[in-house]
Amino acid sequence: MELRSNEFKARAAANLGNEKLQKGLGLIKVKAVVNRANAVAEFGDFETLREAGKEIRNRALADLDLYLERFEREATARGAVVHWAENASEACRIVVDIAKQNGVKTAAKSKSMVSEEVGLNDALIEAGIEPIETDLGEYILQINDAEPPSHIVMPVIHKTAEDVADLFHAKHGTPRKTDPAALTREAREILRPKFLSADMGVSGANFLIAETGSTLIVTNEGNGRLCTTLPRLHVAITGIEKVVATLEDVSTLLRLLPRSATGQAITNYVSLHTGPKRLEETDGPQQFHIVLVDNGRSKLLAGEMREMLRCIRCGACMNHCPVYQAVGGHAYGWVYPGPMGNILTPSYVGLENAVALPNAATMCNQCGVVCPVKIPLPDLMRKLREEQMVRGLKPWTERAGLALWGWAAQRPALYALGTRIAVRFMKWLGGSEKLIHRLPLASGWSDGRDFPAPAGRTFRELYKERRT
Amino acid sequence: MSTRENILGRVRDALKRKVSPQDTASIDAHIAAHPLGMQPLRDWEPELRFRARAEALASTVEKVASLQSVPGAVARYLVVNNLPTGGICWPSLRKLDWIGAGLGMEDRPARGDDLVGVTGCFCAVAETGTLMFLSGPDTPAAASLLPETHIAIVEAARIVPFMEDAWALLRAERGSLPRAVNFVSGPSRTADIEQTVTMGAHGPYRVHIILVG
Repeated sequence: MELRSNEFKARAAANLGNEKLQKGLGLIKVKAVVNRANAVAEFGDFETLREAGKEIRNRALADLDLYLERFEREATARGAVVHWAENASEACRIVVDIAKQNGVKTAAKSKSMVSEEVGLNDALIEAGIEPIETDLGEYILQINDAEPPSHIVMPVIHKTAEDVADLFHAKHGTPRKTDPAALTREAREILRPKFLSADMGVSGANFLIAETGSTLIVTNEGNGRLCTTLPRLHVAITGIEKVVATLEDVSTLLRLLPRSATGQAITNYVSLHTGPKRLEETDGPQQFHIVLVDNGRSKLLAGEMREMLRCIRCGACMNHCPVYQAVGGHAYGWVYPGPMGNILTPSYVGLENAVALPNAATMCNQCGVVCPVKIPLPDLMRKLREEQMVRGLKPWTERAGLALWGWAAQRPALYALGTRIAVRFMKWLGGSEKLIHRLPLASGWSDGRDFPAPAGRTFRELYKERRT
Repeated sequence: MSTRENILGRVRDALKRKVSPQDTASIDAHIAAHPLGMQPLRDWEPELRFRARAEALASTVEKVASLQSVPGAVARYLVVNNLPTGGICWPSLRKLDWIGAGLGMEDRPARGDDLVGVTGCFCAVAETGTLMFLSGPDTPAAASLLPETHIAIVEAARIVPFMEDAWALLRAERGSLPRAVNFVSGPSRTADIEQTVTMGAHGPYRVHIILVG
């Protein structure tokens, strides 16, 4: 996927004025957020469950090499072929090679963020293989000139039913319809024959289970099941961090993931795949390939961002983020939007290529509070901000401002004088309304709102007065 | 060195250790023990919970006394709902008297245009109102997926409280996992367009559960 994270500010500004996007984002607050809250309340002691989820993921990461080797051994013993990919291009090459060796013309895909991360669709097209996105949201995006998703769970949150109606009418040549049920039926009827004729199915994996060598996917639509049942080849592509130890561990995580993502107690379908079609089975793929992608993950394990590897991709952090809720997923410029993306994007593509992202947060910690595996997202963003300062990646105005403040703060008398002048000046600016309509040097902030004027004396002055 | 060795090498460096047999023993022991994780409070009776949850997820549920009564129940459901009275069933169900109930059930693999699929299930999970299916020659996965209407026969005695109990049953009865384990909780659905929940995305539009026992 094309990286545009350094355009964050411009794209965020444009999105604030995009009415359709704002309508979709508004629905997150009244649906996804409310549904999660209800599901969490219904469960009972969700805090203890989050702690359990954190421990399960930490256990897997603490022995990641051993769990991966065990996973590989179990999967291979059941007839799956395990491949390892260093980076995006290697992952694509592996999948394209599998397809070419087996004469694959079309590949039915269920939703996989790792496939977006490595740009698999473009690689398949380049090799003359037609990828067909089968998740309804991803299908809508694919026929809209391969538009990128704007949310990891609800990829077309930025589109209205009217948008989809126009798109289907134009691309399918069918009478225009706006009812979501009718649109869903239309996509089903167009995709069903494609499932039946596809040579290869491509899926992601929400989890890898070391105990059994199985991949696990959660879906609601059933497209994941079709992709992994009907075609003669199944390729599952996923990150190396997705491994967990046992079926019991994954059962606990399955209580966290759907509740956090969509407010469901369980997704419609939870499917585990262990090896290819067995003797005498009438369905299932003849070959099952599993592609384990590193693409920066082992580097994350070594550093301060390690906790991010616990992520189970529920999207709760973005649903609850006031910045995401305002600017939408496309502003973030890569596969992973919202707070998770603020960490993952700079980590995977380089801090210099995503300068704005660790700063695209209010540090309100809504993300940290809802994260099902307790990733301290604001802390990690703060560490990235520090690294930006050290590496000189902050804009010169910010660096100069902080340098000036640091210089003054080390001179208490000067600092006291400066602040006394500043608060009096700002009180005067506020006038009788006690509101400042335009802040010098911060018009971007005061264009949309007023700044409450200070009362006219500094904290130190007031404190001194109370002491005496 | 191969990519595999490079990746595992970096993971080991990150974890600051060299592998010793003892390390492997510790994860092997954890896997062998597969301790239970956190489960919600169980203040319900499994069958009642299963029914309530399944219905909340838009499945319909009825109960019959014995397996012999199943074809009649299937026929009634199909007629009442104005659905075709023929379709496919799992080979494991071929001995039921479908013809006697006026139904044309074929025990062959499902095709894309089959409208009704009748299956059994391995067991059911009360916590979430979920059906568990194991793939196999007599229990093909596509039968519960391709038809627009899925009818599942569930022995009431095989409703277990939690997913962990289903794993325990699987380990005890089968030893290892089949190619596919599918947990199904109601009709296929999507909320991709304006977060509006719509049934019948790619899988069945309706799931009817017949409890036996």
